[in-house]
Amino acid sequence: MSERIVKLIIDGKEIFAKPTDTILKAAIDNGIQIPTLCYLEGLTPHGGCRLCVVEVKGNPKLMTSCTTPVSNNMEIITNSPKLIKYRKQIIELLLAERIHTCSVCIANGSCELQELASKFGVDHTNVSRNWERFELDMSHERFVLDHNRCILCTRCIRVCDEIEGVHTLDIKRRGKDSMIIVDLDEPWSASYSCTSCGKCSAVCPVGAIYVKGKPLSETKRKELPKFITERRRR
Amino acid sequence: MIVLAKVKVATVWLSGCSGCHMSFLDQDEKLIELSKRIELVYSPIADVKEFPENVDITFIEGAVANEEQFHLLKLIRERTKLLIALGDCAVTGNVVTLRNCFQDSVKEVLEKAYIETVTYNPQYPVQVPKLLEKAYSINEVVKVDFYIPGCPPSADLINYVITEFLEGRVPSIEEKFKYG
Ligand code: SF4
Ligand code: SF4
Ligand code: SF4
Ligand code: FES
Repeated sequence: MSERIVKLIIDGKEIFAKPTDTILKAAIDNGIQIPTLCYLEGLTPHGGCRLCVVEVKGNPKLMTSCTTPVSNNMEIITNSPKLIKYRKQIIELLLAERIHTCSVCIANGSCELQELASKFGVDHTNVSRNWERFELDMSHERFVLDHNRCILCTRCIRVCDEIEGVHTLDIKRRGKDSMIIVDLDEPWSASYSCTSCGKCSAVCPVGAIYVKGKPLSETKRKELPKFITERRRR
Repeated sequence: MIVLAKVKVATVWLSGCSGCHMSFLDQDEKLIELSKRIELVYSPIADVKEFPENVDITFIEGAVANEEQFHLLKLIRERTKLLIALGDCAVTGNVVTLRNCFQDSVKEVLEKAYIETVTYNPQYPVQVPKLLEKAYSINEVVKVDFYIPGCPPSADLINYVITEFLEGRVPSIEEKFKYG
């Protein structure tokens, strides 16, 4: 019979978890905070932003805690100077990749990237910025898709696919050229599959998908996927 | 009686909206305290034509958008011990650098501001410093010693930073500022 429970150590604290748990879940369940960005409870982990990296003893690589399952006798460090340095670098790179001028952004004040930058003391960046400009898709009567703010976390894609069940959104190209697309790369207003449910705008961590004419603080609902999946399970 | 030499402070206004200077002035009565310990040797609110030598602390508001500012900033760096980027335009470039995402940004900006949106006698400005191809944050041009983010930074934050430096300490602004 396989083990039903594993024992591991996170930041010196002995904890128990289910073998199916990720390191992140085990940490959260035991009151240990690990910073995340692409992860959102209720959606399949994506492992893209790498903000949640942790050190695992005996493993030279840093592991993304949102996708790595626990195993017996694992020893994990979530908050070393090295990890903090990398997390700061990730935030700086995200801020440099697209045009993040918070003072003129709809998300100013309710943005998860901005919040993380403040929290990690990113008071400036030395990364030279990429000034490429993307056209906005404002064709939908209720929503705007602004690629200039997108951090490619794929939360919108996952919520549309896994929770709303229509998979209107996806991604095209690779690397820094990646872009969120609607259906087969059409204007949002031309989409047959979109139900206009607004879930994508509710979970976007930045100001890349938002509801026209409403402050982001009113339309953001990070807890939506968790809320829905928990009720489905019952 | 021992008289301590006053710390020479300069404040500079590059391409910014003056909001950071307003915030500086918003230190209100604390400015009186400060004035006992500092000497303002160059500032938009002081009538000094040339940037002086041997400045202890210089606060810079605004991004670098034209040739004149570019050369002035190089000179300031040479003549300043501690250079502080004050506010988001100085720290990141903020809205001033937004034009960098246009191909031929100088042409586009001038056309928009002086021709397209002008109804009476539209014409390009003359006898003003030439815009640079791109706009820059301060640290893209010279070395910056300290950053005070904010649009604008609060008067309290500015006061905290300057007081700490006057006391000979390096301020720690972590958890005291909001990015952007
Ligand atoms: S998305 Fe967030 S970090 Fe980017 S400009 Fe807007 S508020 Fe700033
Ligand atoms: S509004 Fe709903 S259906 Fe349309 S793209 Fe967003 S999540 Fe998908
Ligand atoms: S639009 Fe928003 S939710 Fe979608 S990938 Fe970009 S940042 Fe993430
Ligand atoms: S939160 Fe784990 S990789 Fe983004």
